[in-house]
Amino acid sequence: MSLSTVDAAATAVPPEEPAVKGIEGRTPLQLVVQRLRTDRVAIISVVVIVLIIALAIGAPLIAAITGHGPTDTNVDNGTDANGQPLPPGSAGYLLGTDNLGRDILVRIAYGARVSLIVGVVATAIATIVGVVVGLFAGYYGGWLDSILARIMDVVLSFPYVLFAIVLVSVFGSSLPLTILVIAFFSFAAIGRIVRGQALSQREKEYVEAAHSLGAGNMRIMFVDILPNLVAPVIVLATLLIPTAIIFEATLSFLGLGIALPTPSWGNMLSDAEGVGFQAWWFYIFPMIFLLLTTLAFNLLGDAVRDALDPRTERIFAARRKKKPA
Amino acid sequence: MTRFLIRRIILGLVTLWVIITLVFILYYARPGVDPARELAGRAVTPALLANINKAYGFNLPVYVQYWNYLKRLVPIPGQFNLGISNNNHLPVTTIIAQAVPIDISLAVGSAVIWMVLGISVGVLAARRPRSLWDRGATVFVLTGVSMPTFILGLLLLYVLYYLLTIHGIAIFPKPGSYTPITTNPLEWAHDLILPWITLALITAATYSRLTRSSLLEVLGEDYIRTARAKGLSERRVVYRHALRSSLTPIVTQFGIDLATVLGGAIITESIFGLPGLGLAVVQAIEVQNLPVVIGIVLVASFFVVAANIVVDALYAVLDPRVRVS
Amino acid sequence: MPDTAVDGDVLLNADEIVKHFPIKEGIFFKHQVGSVKAVDGVSLKVRRGETLGLVGETGCGKSTLARCITRLFPLTSGHLTFDGADLSKLSRSQMRPYRRGMQMIFQDPYGSLNSRRRVGSIIGDPLAIHNIASGDERKKRVQGLMEVVGLNPEHYNRFPAEFSGGQRQRIGVARALALHPKLIVCDEPVSALDVSIQAQIINLLEDLQGEFGLTYVFIAHDLAVVQHVSDRVAVMYLGKIVEVADVKDLYSTPRHPYTNALLSASVVADPDKARVRDRIILTGDVPSPINPPSGCRFHTRCPKAQAICSTEEPLLQTAAGDPAGHMTACHFPVAEGEKLASGKATILHAVEGFLAEAPS
Repeated sequence: MSLSTVDAAATAVPPEEPAVKGIEGRTPLQLVVQRLRTDRVAIISVVVIVLIIALAIGAPLIAAITGHGPTDTNVDNGTDANGQPLPPGSAGYLLGTDNLGRDILVRIAYGARVSLIVGVVATAIATIVGVVVGLFAGYYGGWLDSILARIMDVVLSFPYVLFAIVLVSVFGSSLPLTILVIAFFSFAAIGRIVRGQALSQREKEYVEAAHSLGAGNMRIMFVDILPNLVAPVIVLATLLIPTAIIFEATLSFLGLGIALPTPSWGNMLSDAEGVGFQAWWFYIFPMIFLLLTTLAFNLLGDAVRDALDPRTERIFAARRKKKPA
Repeated sequence: MTRFLIRRIILGLVTLWVIITLVFILYYARPGVDPARELAGRAVTPALLANINKAYGFNLPVYVQYWNYLKRLVPIPGQFNLGISNNNHLPVTTIIAQAVPIDISLAVGSAVIWMVLGISVGVLAARRPRSLWDRGATVFVLTGVSMPTFILGLLLLYVLYYLLTIHGIAIFPKPGSYTPITTNPLEWAHDLILPWITLALITAATYSRLTRSSLLEVLGEDYIRTARAKGLSERRVVYRHALRSSLTPIVTQFGIDLATVLGGAIITESIFGLPGLGLAVVQAIEVQNLPVVIGIVLVASFFVVAANIVVDALYAVLDPRVRVS
Repeated sequence: MPDTAVDGDVLLNADEIVKHFPIKEGIFFKHQVGSVKAVDGVSLKVRRGETLGLVGETGCGKSTLARCITRLFPLTSGHLTFDGADLSKLSRSQMRPYRRGMQMIFQDPYGSLNSRRRVGSIIGDPLAIHNIASGDERKKRVQGLMEVVGLNPEHYNRFPAEFSGGQRQRIGVARALALHPKLIVCDEPVSALDVSIQAQIINLLEDLQGEFGLTYVFIAHDLAVVQHVSDRVAVMYLGKIVEVADVKDLYSTPRHPYTNALLSASVVADPDKARVRDRIILTGDVPSPINPPSGCRFHTRCPKAQAICSTEEPLLQTAAGDPAGHMTACHFPVAEGEKLASGKATILHAVEGFLAEAPS
C-alpha cells in the first residue's frame, strides 16, 4: 500500500458504516423461528407433536371421561356376548377394545406418555453426556481425547440391539432402565460429532483471543465454543427423539421394554401379535400413532436443520446410529 | 496404512474384550447373581446346586472363573469352546452353524434390494434437487427412517400374507417357512421375499439420504464443473465422474449394515419366524440359556467389529486423505 | 540495544526465548521424533511507549514469537519479564492477572470474533473475565470503548456478521483496549483488510497510542506498513532475529544481507526508481525449521556466505563504535553503499541473456 494516502481524517468517520439506522439485528434463534414459520411441513409436524403431547397429558382425563382405566379389563361390557373384543366405533369404545376388553383409546393415550417420556428423557441424557464428553475430548485433546474417543468408538461398534436385550433380560424391564440403555447407546453418536466440531473450533482465532483475555478452559468451552455447536446439537437431538421412541417400542414389542400391564405402543403391538390378524384394530391404532410421532419428529428435525444452516447437511450424512433391524 | 490397520485391529480386539467381559459380569459376577440356581430350574436341591457348582466351576474364585471363561473364547483349536446349550445339550457352535446360513441368506437378498433401491432413489433426487422426484425421495427417506422394522414387517404380513390368503390368493408363504437354498433355490427366495423386502425398505432410506447428500456435494466440486465445461454429457458426468467418488460413504455404511444383519436380524427374524441367530438369541434369553446367549453375542459382536475394521481399511483405500490422520 | 538505555524504559524483556513444537509419532504411545524450531533463541527489549515492528517472511516464527511474549504458548526455554514481573514459567491460571497488562490484536477479523456472540458481549468479555464491571456499568464502558474506536455504540447488540472487515477489526481493537493494557501485540492487524481500510486501522492504532500511552509490538510482512508505524524494527529469519535497528537506520542502511534482500524485494511506487535499482534475488526456498542450517541460518541462501558462516553462529551485536545501537547477526555485514549480487534481477534480464546466447 502507499502510505501517502493515509490521512488523519480517515479515522474520524469510517466510510464503511452501513447507512441503515434503527434496524435491530436479529438473533440466530429469531431467524430460525422465522424460517420455520414459513415452512409448512415444520408447522404440521409441530401441530402433530403438540397434539400427541396433549394426548399424553390428557390421558387421565380421557380415562375419566370414558370411565375406563388403562388396565381395566372388561368394564362396561368391553367384550361382546361371545367374549369377543369390540371393533372401533362401538358404544363407549371409540377405538374398540382388545382381547381382554381394555379400551384401546385409553391405552393409546397412556402409551403416548411412555413414548414421549422415553424419547425426551433418553435424548436429554444422551445429549448432555454426549456434549460434555465430546467437548472435553475435542477441546483438551491429548490423552483425555484418546481415552474418550476410544470409548465412544467402542460403544458405537457394539451390536447395541443385542446388548440392550441382554441388559434388560438381566435387570428386568423397567422404564428407567429402558431410558438408560437408550441413552447409553446414543450418547456416543452425539459425542463423536461434538468432538469433531470442538476439534475444529479449538483452532479458531476467537478461542486464542479468549485465552489472551485470560478466560479459563471452562469458560472457553462453555461460553465460547458451545454456542458455535448449538446448531448441530439441536438437530441431532431432535433426530434422536424418534430413534429413541422406536428403540423403546422395539424393546417393548420383544417383551423387554415397558413391563405389562402398563401400556406402551410397542407392547400393545406385541399383545396384538399374540392374538393374530383377525382383530385388525389391535394393530392399526398403535401403528398409526407410533408412525405419526416418529415421522413428525423426523420432519421437524429436518426442517430445523434446514432453518439453522442448510450447509450442515453434510455433517449429518455421516454414519448415524440406526434403528434395530 | 499397516500402522492404521494395526490400530483398528487392536481397537477391535479391545471392543470384543469389553463386550465379553461385560457379558461375564452381567451373567456370572454381578452382585446377587447365582448362576447355579438359575441353571437348577424349579426343583432346587442342595445336592443339585453342589453338583452344578462343581461341574461349571461356579464355586471357584471369580478371577479364576473369568480366566477360564476368557481362555475358552480365544480362537485356538482344541481350546475354543462356546459350551453346551442348557436346553437341548447341543454344542453352541452347532446351534450357531445351523443358524448362520439363514442370516447369510437374509443379508445377501436384502442387501441387493436395498443397495439398488437406495442408490437409485438417491441419484434420482440428487440429479434434480427440489424437483418432484426429490420431494418423492424425501418422503421415501423420511418414511423409511421413521418406520420401526416391526411395524413394516407386521404390515407386510397383514396385507400380503393374511389379507391375500383369506381371500384365497396365497402368493406369500406363511411365517416360519424356510427352505435352504441347496434344497430348492426358488422356494428359498419365495420363503424369504417378505423378510427381504422388510429389511431392504427400512435400510434403503439411509442409503438414499447418503447418496443424495454425497452426490450433491460432489456435483458442486470444481472438477465436475471442469468435466461439464469440457463438454461431457450430463449422464457421463454424473455416472462416471461424480457417482464414483460419492460412493465412498455408502461403501462404509454398507459394511456395517451387512454385518449387523449377519449377526442376527432380531426383529425381522422374530416376526417372520426365521430360525437365524436373532431368533435363537431371543429364545435363549427368554429361558436364560446363557451359553447360547453368550455364544451369539460373541459371534454378532465379531461380525460388527470385523466389519468396522474392513470398512475403515476400505475407506482408507478409497480416500487416501484418511490415511494421513 | 545501547547500554545507555535505563532499565526502567524497558516494558518487556525477552531473553533467549525458545519455542519448539514437538513432532510425535506412534500407534498408541506417541514418542517425540523431532521438533519444529519455530522460535530458536530470540532476545528482544520493548521500551515503554514505543512501537517495535517485527518483519519477516511467512513461517519465520513472527506469530509464534508474538504468542510467546503474550504467553499464549508455554516457553520451551528462555526468560520473559514484563513490567518487572517474571512471566517465563507461570501457569495458565497464574498468568491471568498479568493478562490485564498485555493484550493482542489478531490478524483475522472474522476468525478472531466469536460469531455466535453479540458485539457488546465480545468487547465486554475481558471486563467479565476479570470481574471489573457488570450489568449497566459494563454496558456503559463497552459503549464508551466502541465510541473510542469509531463504532456506533447503538450497535451494541449486533452480531459480528453484521459488520464489515474494518469494523470487525475495530471491535478487536476495542476488546484489546478494554482492560487498559500497557502493551498491545498486533499480529498482522491489517494484512487481512482491503488496502483502503488498512490506513484507517493504522491511524486508529496510532491515535490510541497517543491517547492511552500504549506500547505496541507490531507484526507485519508489509515493509511499508512497518516503516510507517514503527520506532524500531526487528527482522526475523527462520526463528532468529537477524537485525534490530531504529526504523530510519534499518531502511536506509540495512546491514544484514537478508534485510537487504527483503527491502529490495518490496514494491517501489516510482517506476523510474524501480527500474534502476538493483534487486537481490535469493536462490532456493526457506529451509525447514525442523532441521535448520548450521551456523548462520541464512548461509544457504546468502550471496556473501563464506566457510565460517556454516560453522559458527553469528551473534546479534552492535557494530563497534555505533552509537545508534544498530544490531546485526552477521559475520560479514553489508557496508553502506556496497552492492550485493545483482544483474539477474528481472525477467527482462533473463530474456536479454537468453537472446544474447541464442545463435542468430
